[in-house]
Amino acid sequence: MLNSRLQRNLWGYVFIGPFVIGFLCFTIIPMMASLYFSFTSYGLFDSPKWIGLGNYTKMFTEDPRYLQSLKVTIIYVLGGVPLRLAFALLVAMLLNAGSRAVGLYRTMYYLPSLIGGSVAVAIMWRNIFGDAGIVNLALGGLGLDAIRWFGEPTAALWMLIFLSIWQFGSSMLIFLAGLKSIPSSFYEAASVDGANFFQKFFKITLPMLSPVLLFNIIMQTIAAFMTFVPAFIISKGTGGPLDGTLLYSLYLFKQGFEYFNMGYASAMAWVMLLIVAALTGIIFWTSKYWVHYESEVK
Amino acid sequence: MANSKVKYFLYHILVGGFAILLLYPVIWLLVSSFKESNDIFVTAGSLIPNPFTLVNYPQGWEGFGGYGFGTFIKNTIVFVFWMLVGHLISCSLIAFGFARLKFVGRGFWFAIMLVTLMLPYEVVMIPQYIIFSELGWLNSLKPLVVPAFFGHPFFIFLLVQFIRTIPRELDEAATIDGANTFQIFYKVILPLIVPALATTAIFTFYWTWDNLLGPVLYLNSPDKYTVSMALNMFLSNETVSNWGAMFAMSMVTLVPVFVIFFIFQRYVVEGISTTGLK
Repeated sequence: MLNSRLQRNLWGYVFIGPFVIGFLCFTIIPMMASLYFSFTSYGLFDSPKWIGLGNYTKMFTEDPRYLQSLKVTIIYVLGGVPLRLAFALLVAMLLNAGSRAVGLYRTMYYLPSLIGGSVAVAIMWRNIFGDAGIVNLALGGLGLDAIRWFGEPTAALWMLIFLSIWQFGSSMLIFLAGLKSIPSSFYEAASVDGANFFQKFFKITLPMLSPVLLFNIIMQTIAAFMTFVPAFIISKGTGGPLDGTLLYSLYLFKQGFEYFNMGYASAMAWVMLLIVAALTGIIFWTSKYWVHYESEVK
Repeated sequence: MANSKVKYFLYHILVGGFAILLLYPVIWLLVSSFKESNDIFVTAGSLIPNPFTLVNYPQGWEGFGGYGFGTFIKNTIVFVFWMLVGHLISCSLIAFGFARLKFVGRGFWFAIMLVTLMLPYEVVMIPQYIIFSELGWLNSLKPLVVPAFFGHPFFIFLLVQFIRTIPRELDEAATIDGANTFQIFYKVILPLIVPALATTAIFTFYWTWDNLLGPVLYLNSPDKYTVSMALNMFLSNETVSNWGAMFAMSMVTLVPVFVIFFIFQRYVVEGISTTGLK
């Protein structure tokens, strides 16, 4: 009896063994090391020197570039994620309403998400927003003034936000799957009761979709907070102009691997972890006020 | 009757028009890769290359630093290959363990795995770099592919969800027939999770093909560059403003992504709809 239980446990750990070992070697040990480094001054060629909370106080009191990177990242997240999800929901509802050729449209809307993380797309984005790029041509065609996207810190940041919104396709697919699972009888019953479009949207669609929405808000917020490639490529690694696109990950990378302040970069990583954890916690906490689970009895 | 036709028409104008607007930059990139470098921004508004030229493709293919673009593609394929092998083996084993076996600490490790799903890479980036440099693994693929052999939380989660839909009676029948745990995994479960393994493989391909941060950290000689690194270098050497060649090679790196998508579209769409990948 004891023997069979031992055997069962053994089999379990044989199978999940790779995960346990990988977690220890590539996650928990590096995490502990990074926590230690965050309390040290650690350059490339010297050994870590304990400086207590020095890195953390420096971040918030002596490093305006850090505060700048925090600011642009918050604008990037707050500007990008809600717009991206709003577009995703709007287009998902449009596609859900249409019957024919939806497969083709679904593919077309998903393509930007598919290729959005690539260097090729970042290069493309850089060039369509250039001074003589098609975005400025289009603005000119609408009778608006051209914008110097690479000269203005705010404009440059919005260029990144537009790139993030452009990739709403994957969220749209998830919403579309969610919309398809809402029984059409709900809408029919509401129609019989004389509900208009907005009433149906707010009383049926949104509550039924809210668990999917919650999941998307959390995952997209975390992913947006960690965005690196577009900022790195579009600003050619500088975060410019005037640190306007210096996203958190990019500044952390520069501190670690350009200025070789490994201790400082580790401290930045830990603050990032705390921010991501706090954001997730806050979103979860608010969810009890707006997320509706079907098994819930009211 | 006429009213519904108008509605139908308007719907397609709106939805189709917006889709084309979204894809316009990609079309522009494609068209520009067939223009002469000097013309690209002079005739940026036109979608018809005049004169049409193919010169950018061989020019970009020459690469830089004595290494052709073929080398970068070959490097990336090797990188993708090892990531696929690593993820497919490790994630299927781990997922089977979590989904089917009862052992002490299963709930704990499963929770840990879900938490690592949300962990920013930045928190482990620097110590990992130091560990791999101590091991003498810098400027090789090892730091990038070895962790793949220890599973990836997204794919483990995807496979666990998939295995849970397979009736347990199959396992029990196999046990009665005298199969041991490994045989149940190998002969019963593995053949049934092929669709989820396909999704794992496709997303592994996408993420590896696009991976920039990893190669930027760990690969520093041009003979080892991946395509994303090579494009990044193209951009850094932009002073010569050989836009045409850069656009042409950008298109070359996008084509495999499109091809895989169109062949395996079903797995991609299902993977995203069920797990919210990416």
